Amino acid sequence: MTRRSPDLPLVATVLALSVGAGLAVGTAMKSGPRRPPDSAPGRTARQSSFGGYQVVGRTVTIKAPRSRIYEMWRNPDHLTDFMEGLAAVHVNGDDVTWVIDTPDGHLSIETRLVEDRRDEALAWRSVDGAEVEIEAKVQLRDAPAGRGTEVEAHIAWRPQAGIVGQWAARLRGTDPKIRGKQDLKRLKMLLETGEIATSANRKAD
Amino acid sequence: MRALTWHGKHDVRVDTVPDPEIVNPRDAIIEVTATAICGSDLHLYDAVIPGLVPGDILGHEFMGRVVETGPKSTLKKGDRVVVPFTISCGACFFCGQGQFSACDNSNPVEKQEASELLYGHPMSGLFGYSHMTGGYPGGQAEYVRVPFSDVGPIVVPDGVSDEQVLFLSDILPTGWMAAENADIQDGDTVAVWGCGPVGLFAIQSALLMGAEQVIAIDHYPGRLTLARKLGAKVIDYTQTHVLEALMEMTGGIGPDAVIDAVGMESHGFAPDRIMDALKQKIGMGADNVHALRMALLAVRKGGRVSIPGVYGGLADKFPVGALMEKGLQIRTGQTHVQKYTRQLLHRILEGEIDTTFLISHRLSLEDAPTGYRNFHGKQDEWTKVVLTPGAAKGI
Repeated sequence: MTRRSPDLPLVATVLALSVGAGLAVGTAMKSGPRRPPDSAPGRTARQSSFGGYQVVGRTVTIKAPRSRIYEMWRNPDHLTDFMEGLAAVHVNGDDVTWVIDTPDGHLSIETRLVEDRRDEALAWRSVDGAEVEIEAKVQLRDAPAGRGTEVEAHIAWRPQAGIVGQWAARLRGTDPKIRGKQDLKRLKMLLETGEIATSANRKAD
Repeated sequence: MRALTWHGKHDVRVDTVPDPEIVNPRDAIIEVTATAICGSDLHLYDAVIPGLVPGDILGHEFMGRVVETGPKSTLKKGDRVVVPFTISCGACFFCGQGQFSACDNSNPVEKQEASELLYGHPMSGLFGYSHMTGGYPGGQAEYVRVPFSDVGPIVVPDGVSDEQVLFLSDILPTGWMAAENADIQDGDTVAVWGCGPVGLFAIQSALLMGAEQVIAIDHYPGRLTLARKLGAKVIDYTQTHVLEALMEMTGGIGPDAVIDAVGMESHGFAPDRIMDALKQKIGMGADNVHALRMALLAVRKGGRVSIPGVYGGLADKFPVGALMEKGLQIRTGQTHVQKYTRQLLHRILEGEIDTTFLISHRLSLEDAPTGYRNFHGKQDEWTKVVLTPGAAKGI
């Protein structure tokens, strides 16, 4: 790893910090007036830099206890219920393979569960030699005043020649930020209402 | 089944389309016995609301009998129900606050993007309206799939007619919430712009809530006559200087509360500009805010402004100075229908509220296109159209 491209665990650590992460990384080299640390998550910075990585993330509040949401992410059978385009998830100990639908067939991404704090956080990181270099992390926090749980999810990946095409195809032209946000909203619907809203008038529509 | 479908500007047709079926566990299927054309359906008829697709089934004021239930529905086959136009899950933060029209979970996620871009937050789902609000097939049809049927529909007793309770679906709670948002106190004068169905129900509600006087403003003689019959004083703005008259009728103080039941009407909401706005994340040009502008100037210092009228975009020449310098309070929003249906049904059954005076025309669903044309073109005479599925074509 070079200085310009921090490795994935570092990216995750930086993202996990709420305080001025993006500013610290993105503007440390710039001159100008000293500013107090920014409270916003790094990925919302106007100028952020995570080395060679693309980073997207989103937070939703779900009216459900942390333990229930943790179980949804921990149990592979539940993941396909709310993640669009996810065909299957195979788990073997800490090894997790994500099978993603693409127009050209399935794309498998092999990852390892690198962080597992019950009811608090989960993170998966691609194994060496995986087709896509990627890390995904989910963090759970109690929302204020009994409003449920704040679920923050983010994905960091390194675009690479060849793989970029496949990854983009998996997303079928959709912004990964929007796709991730929509998956979180589906999870919210499922947990809060027991179903995922549709305006289809028939099952086949 | 037969259903009124949208095909473009001033082009609605009754088509044969597939019957709906239970899709989600909390669904119910309703066989529609009565449905109405709403003023906001005319925005769709004029093709000034974005996000319609040819073939969409319109209608968001409807009632009927339950013919099928999903495993999580609490309704029973044969129940007679009125269905709120707002689709609400009953479980999210907003529904928990009674803010049902802000439900987080009723608009399908892929349909939320447009309104999230336009308004900062996604809208909730509505029946028979734009795909920005879900694109749910509507109630001007023989059958409707009703999601979250354990939360929205209110069961009504058999002893009451369809026409007595149909408007619980939208316009009666909308008029009621408009008056509630005016926060009426003893001795208050309430001025209401617009004597369409919502304005008329707001007048009725404001008087029930104890307003000293309600002053109604419109230009259609027929509608002003209805307002007068309800107990309002009336101003025809084509004959009278409204601001001056309101001051004179309130001892030189001005109305304590004002209600804008006009909204953007059919002006200033051009689809090409909206598409530009969606692309550019900037304004879509001017809604016609004339009534609201007048209301803000007319209301007394420290008064309340209630806006049930529908707006969609941005406003030019908005009197923000009057708003701030006079210390006004504004309350508005799509109606939280589910919050009001129970108490309003009670008032109907007690004989306190009668809504049937509003209905000017009763047609078969097969004649719905005629209903649209006349409700659109002859507003003075055609105040409210009720459609009955299954009835023979009559016009």
